Amino acid sequence: MNARRFNWPLWAGFLITLIGAFSFLTIFVWFPVTRDFPWANLLLFAIAAVFLFVGIRRGFARDRAHPTRSKIIASIVGTLSVAMIGLFLFSFFVVARWLPASSNAPHVGQKVPDFTLSDSNGKQVSLTELLSTPIQGKAPKGVLLVFYRGYW
Amino acid sequence: MRGIEKSLASFEQAGIRPVAISVDSPEASRDLLQKAGYTFTFLSDPKAEVIRRYDLLHAGAGENGQDIARPAELLVDASGTVRWINLTENYFVRARPEDILEKTRLLQ
Repeated sequence: MNARRFNWPLWAGFLITLIGAFSFLTIFVWFPVTRDFPWANLLLFAIAAVFLFVGIRRGFARDRAHPTRSKIIASIVGTLSVAMIGLFLFSFFVVARWLPASSNAPHVGQKVPDFTLSDSNGKQVSLTELLSTPIQGKAPKGVLLVFYRGYW
Repeated sequence: MRGIEKSLASFEQAGIRPVAISVDSPEASRDLLQKAGYTFTFLSDPKAEVIRRYDLLHAGAGENGQDIARPAELLVDASGTVRWINLTENYFVRARPEDILEKTRLLQ
């Protein structure tokens, strides 16, 4: 009765939970469709939840070869999975929104302060230069300033 | 950044120069440019002076509690006037290049 000993749905659920949690920053973050809203990860979690549900029920079934051990494993793996899914949801929907209000950021119609900063070659570059140096031989219409968190 | 690099030709066609700004050192930016193949301008604001002046500072949000920039995109016209600004509410959600390109029409 080997099939009865190994609670495969439980472990499949756990594995899919792991994939769901770690695939965001490694894969899905690179594509705007799966990054702006993590539906791919939520889908994986939903699939994982089905397996975990079946696995936990199986773990608590009476006909297990080692009923106590089976229940303990099912409880631990189930709790870990739920905690991991919870952590993911908390990180994406709560922590990622902890951003400053930036209420004094430049408004539309306002002139931005000029600045001079070093580019990646150590050359000093000013906003005025960026706004006047021709692009493909033509005067630029403007610049797109992209502020980003950086990689420190 | 990857999206902007991919759409670089369209931005240049529209007369728009993309410029990235962070607290990363010029050396760190150079590494990133080499690794990721970015070809547009990356500026370094290690003390976050410009970032602070633009009120785009996310205090203590760096890996070791450094002050870093919050994600933000601004379209500034040739006179230095803001024509569009995007302050995301979730740092995984950024303006898409095609949407920004759409906004470049706001510039004369």
